[in-house]
Amino acid sequence: MRVGLAERALRRTALLLAALGLAAVAWEVYKAIGPEQGGDIFGWRIIPKTNDRVMPHVWEMFAEFGRPAIGSGDQQVWSVLLGYSWFTLRMAFAGLALGAAIGVGLAVLMARLRIVERGLLPYLVISQTIPLIALAPQVTVIRGTLGLPQWTSAATLAAFLSFFPITVSTLRGLQSVPKASLELMDSYAAGWWTTLVKVRFPSAVPYMIPGFKLAATASVIGVIVTEITLGGLRGVGFATIDYSQKVTSQPASVYAAVFAAAALGLIMFGLVVLSESFVMRKRSRETT
Amino acid sequence: MKRSITTITAGVCALALVAGACGSDDDAASDDTTVETAAPDDAGGDEAATDNGADAAAGDCETTDSVSLQLQWFTQAQFGGYYAAADQGFYADQCLDVEIKEGAVEIVPQAELASGNADFAIAWVPKALQTREAGADIVNIAQVFERSGTLQVSFADNGIESPADFEGKVIGNWGFGNEYEVFAAIGAAGLDPATDVELVGQQFDMIALLEGEIDAAEAMTYNEYAQVLEAVNPDTGELYQPEDFNVISYEEEGVGMLQDAIWADAGRLADDTEYRDAAVRFVAASLQGWAFCRDNVEQCATIVTEAGSTLGESHQQWMMNEVNKLIWPASGANIGLIDQAAWDQTVEISENTPNLDGATVLTGDPGDGAFTNDIVTEAVALLDGVDLVGSGYSPTEITLNEGGN
Repeated sequence: MRVGLAERALRRTALLLAALGLAAVAWEVYKAIGPEQGGDIFGWRIIPKTNDRVMPHVWEMFAEFGRPAIGSGDQQVWSVLLGYSWFTLRMAFAGLALGAAIGVGLAVLMARLRIVERGLLPYLVISQTIPLIALAPQVTVIRGTLGLPQWTSAATLAAFLSFFPITVSTLRGLQSVPKASLELMDSYAAGWWTTLVKVRFPSAVPYMIPGFKLAATASVIGVIVTEITLGGLRGVGFATIDYSQKVTSQPASVYAAVFAAAALGLIMFGLVVLSESFVMRKRSRETT
Repeated sequence: MKRSITTITAGVCALALVAGACGSDDDAASDDTTVETAAPDDAGGDEAATDNGADAAAGDCETTDSVSLQLQWFTQAQFGGYYAAADQGFYADQCLDVEIKEGAVEIVPQAELASGNADFAIAWVPKALQTREAGADIVNIAQVFERSGTLQVSFADNGIESPADFEGKVIGNWGFGNEYEVFAAIGAAGLDPATDVELVGQQFDMIALLEGEIDAAEAMTYNEYAQVLEAVNPDTGELYQPEDFNVISYEEEGVGMLQDAIWADAGRLADDTEYRDAAVRFVAASLQGWAFCRDNVEQCATIVTEAGSTLGESHQQWMMNEVNKLIWPASGANIGLIDQAAWDQTVEISENTPNLDGATVLTGDPGDGAFTNDIVTEAVALLDGVDLVGSGYSPTEITLNEGGN
């Protein structure tokens, strides 16, 4: 079983690397054979140009990591980005934790009281249609009046994005318990709470995991958007804007930040996958 | 860039562009201007404020007033005078502890000021007047940049030497209230912006120009124009040279609008004597900072970089030098004074130049309370022996390196 797990993890990593390699190859192949000045289809510019300004070589993007980082002493871009990433990751994690608490809490409430589900769910759906950049200034004003530090607005907006998939998936999971199991618990005279902990939650886990995966990447987006729009936070979002100021002369510069943002998303996603295999392993031992 | 580079970048940059005009606040410790902001709870970040406080303690101030200044963008030489005033202890000399707050994509400095999140703000006059017309009780207390730094840059072989040559061309402009000089110039040249010129939105970089997607790009003397001169010309393998371009200055075309000014809360100026007193001292020390930057271009650029800017060395120095040109020499008695004629020109264009949507910056006259020269006059009286005219000012020559390094 353990060997199987390790093997699977290895194979997954290899596949991921292969997929990334393929993307890089596809980029370079298109760059080599695509039209230098792009092309129009029915008058729309949809075939991208392939020159170095528009499509820098993949190795130039990676070379950005080795450049000296201006304004950070002797550091290079990669080490500055590592610091930024850690800063952003912690806020994303705080946001995901908060989003998970709210998301699961709401799901339990809605599973308990049908009327709450009917009344609340539409508002939750509507909440997700509010653009984050419209919400950000309000959040930070409230944060300011409460005297909280700026990073809490990033965590709040990350939570705002991440709670929704968790709520929906957890609710679905809590409601998916076989009727027989519930009737069995009833016959034991088990209370609602006991049923929740012993039966509903365990059977909800497989439903919750995809929700958490969505939430994990959403939390990173929430933090990055906050950094870009509100400022005062120097993480990967700041780096994205900062490096994009240099694209006129260094077209590849912004990719270092883009890669860092992508890596953060993958790390958050990976954390959920890790906890998934942890939770599921425990479960399979119980059932066998 | 947005249109022409890959989807990923476009997506990220779209966030930057879409961000409109909403205010927000910031007064926490993590809003520092240093680059060492590695921790969300990093409390000692604001170098400017800390340095200042230390000096003030050693000086002969009975009390030190803490005030905050909201900038329009990240730390860069555009705001060199304020960083110099903090670094050189000019604020401390005036018994001030100044927290300099960086801007971001969605930070509107004058809105921050109006909502009480900052004590002072740096903002362009037309945009601040627009916010004022919407109900913000703010007033211009020092016009730091006397001249407009907006350009329209095109390749020399395109033959765009004056706004009249815009006819039939694709003209990039930034939107978000940064486009009115362009429209005023088009109107002054007798062209109709809706039919004679193809106006397109432009990112805050020069890729679209270099890629030939637009014929002329809006640029600031101190930033975007430098960006093209830092880029390699693929035809020669060398950097682009000034002679490769035609540059139209809106200031010289007579449609310049006043830009960076110090704005204060008008209500507090009237009612709160301590705030008014702090405002006088703040303007005094800030002007002293700008005088320092005029005489110490290189050092001032270094101060800005040490305060957390990530711009390359030659780009930073170029920006410092170009910003000095917008300030010095003072055409009036000293810098900071608001010139009635320049003010009237800005207001006139704001009221009478519609953009493509038919909107003007202002719908009515801003009236008398929109600026005052009282504060800056009192501020100048506080400064002894500081040259605030710069009649002998001459800019230095900065050589830009590739990538601004």
